[in-house]
Amino acid sequence: MSTSTVDLTQDPHDHSGHGEHPDDPHHQHHFTTMEQQFDTSKIGMWLFLATEVLLFGGLFVGFGMMQARFPEEFKEAHEHLQRPLGALNTVVLLVSSWTMVMGVLAARTNQRKKLVIFLIITILCACIFLGVKYFEYSHKFEEGLLPGHFYKHVGDRIQINGHASPGYATFFSFYFMMTGLHGIHILVGIALLAWIAVRGNRGEFNSSYYTPVDLVGLYWHLVDLIWIYLFPLYYLIS
Amino acid sequence: MSEHTLNPKAEAATYLKTLIALLILTAITVGASYIHFGSGAANVVVALTIATIKATLVALFFMHLLHDKPVNALIAAAGFVFLGLFLMFTLLDFDTRENPLPRNLPGMVTTPPPAATSPAPAPAPEHH
Repeated sequence: MSTSTVDLTQDPHDHSGHGEHPDDPHHQHHFTTMEQQFDTSKIGMWLFLATEVLLFGGLFVGFGMMQARFPEEFKEAHEHLQRPLGALNTVVLLVSSWTMVMGVLAARTNQRKKLVIFLIITILCACIFLGVKYFEYSHKFEEGLLPGHFYKHVGDRIQINGHASPGYATFFSFYFMMTGLHGIHILVGIALLAWIAVRGNRGEFNSSYYTPVDLVGLYWHLVDLIWIYLFPLYYLIS
Repeated sequence: MSEHTLNPKAEAATYLKTLIALLILTAITVGASYIHFGSGAANVVVALTIATIKATLVALFFMHLLHDKPVNALIAAAGFVFLGLFLMFTLLDFDTRENPLPRNLPGMVTTPPPAATSPAPAPAPEHH
């Protein structure tokens, strides 16, 4: 390994000379141990999650600014959102986070069937979440509660020169931007969970290799974590 | 792997307790939203405090930060620290401006802030 010349006689796919775990095909040769490989992947995932926090953070800060700018309009616009539906979606996502973490535990303890079942329940919860969101969105569309200059709702309390105050449209711009971006994350999550479920069903994960399950789990919990802040800010504060 | 102290039963119990705590906190935050704590700002503080407790539970137990390598918690904390800096400086800027919106925005956005206009004297006719 430490020689500077490349041994061309050696088959590049023959790892026997590298002193690796010959029993684990997932072990890549540039990692000393499987544990080091796992920890490295995890650090990468956490770095990605930190950028996600900042991505949503920008929107949260913008929302806060506009809430300070149009407090009355935001308060009134909040009332168009249905608290029970927001609460239902919160519960659905929290339960899905729990099934996800149980899935990771199942992968770590070599329980293939349990892993697949927990992943399927997680996907079902994600679909319920999107179903409720679809119902909410179509309700908003019907009432003309739309972002920016698409805003068509009539009967708002604060009028400026015969027009609804721009605060209302601003609220719904943020609402659709933030819940929409979150919804896209749910969609991506469903695709990832399905991928993990298929691989899990093939028996690709076990106690010494479950990195993809763990990392998708981290992603899924972050999506849940963002909703934990979206829910009170949009549905509860009035 | 790092889970040499793996005890599946104890871990499953921890996860279930975490879920129950999260659901109870959700019920509390929904209930609290129907109570008025003196001012709108107080309600925001209550809601965001509960949200932060929930987020911490998710991060510590579901995302394993409590028993994980500290470097992961450091990265997560760094994300929130920079978000805090972003929020703090934006607030400083916002709070010290007379008019937070640019003056050259087209259309109705340049009209005086709502504080200067009273709500419409007669509500728009309702259609029943």
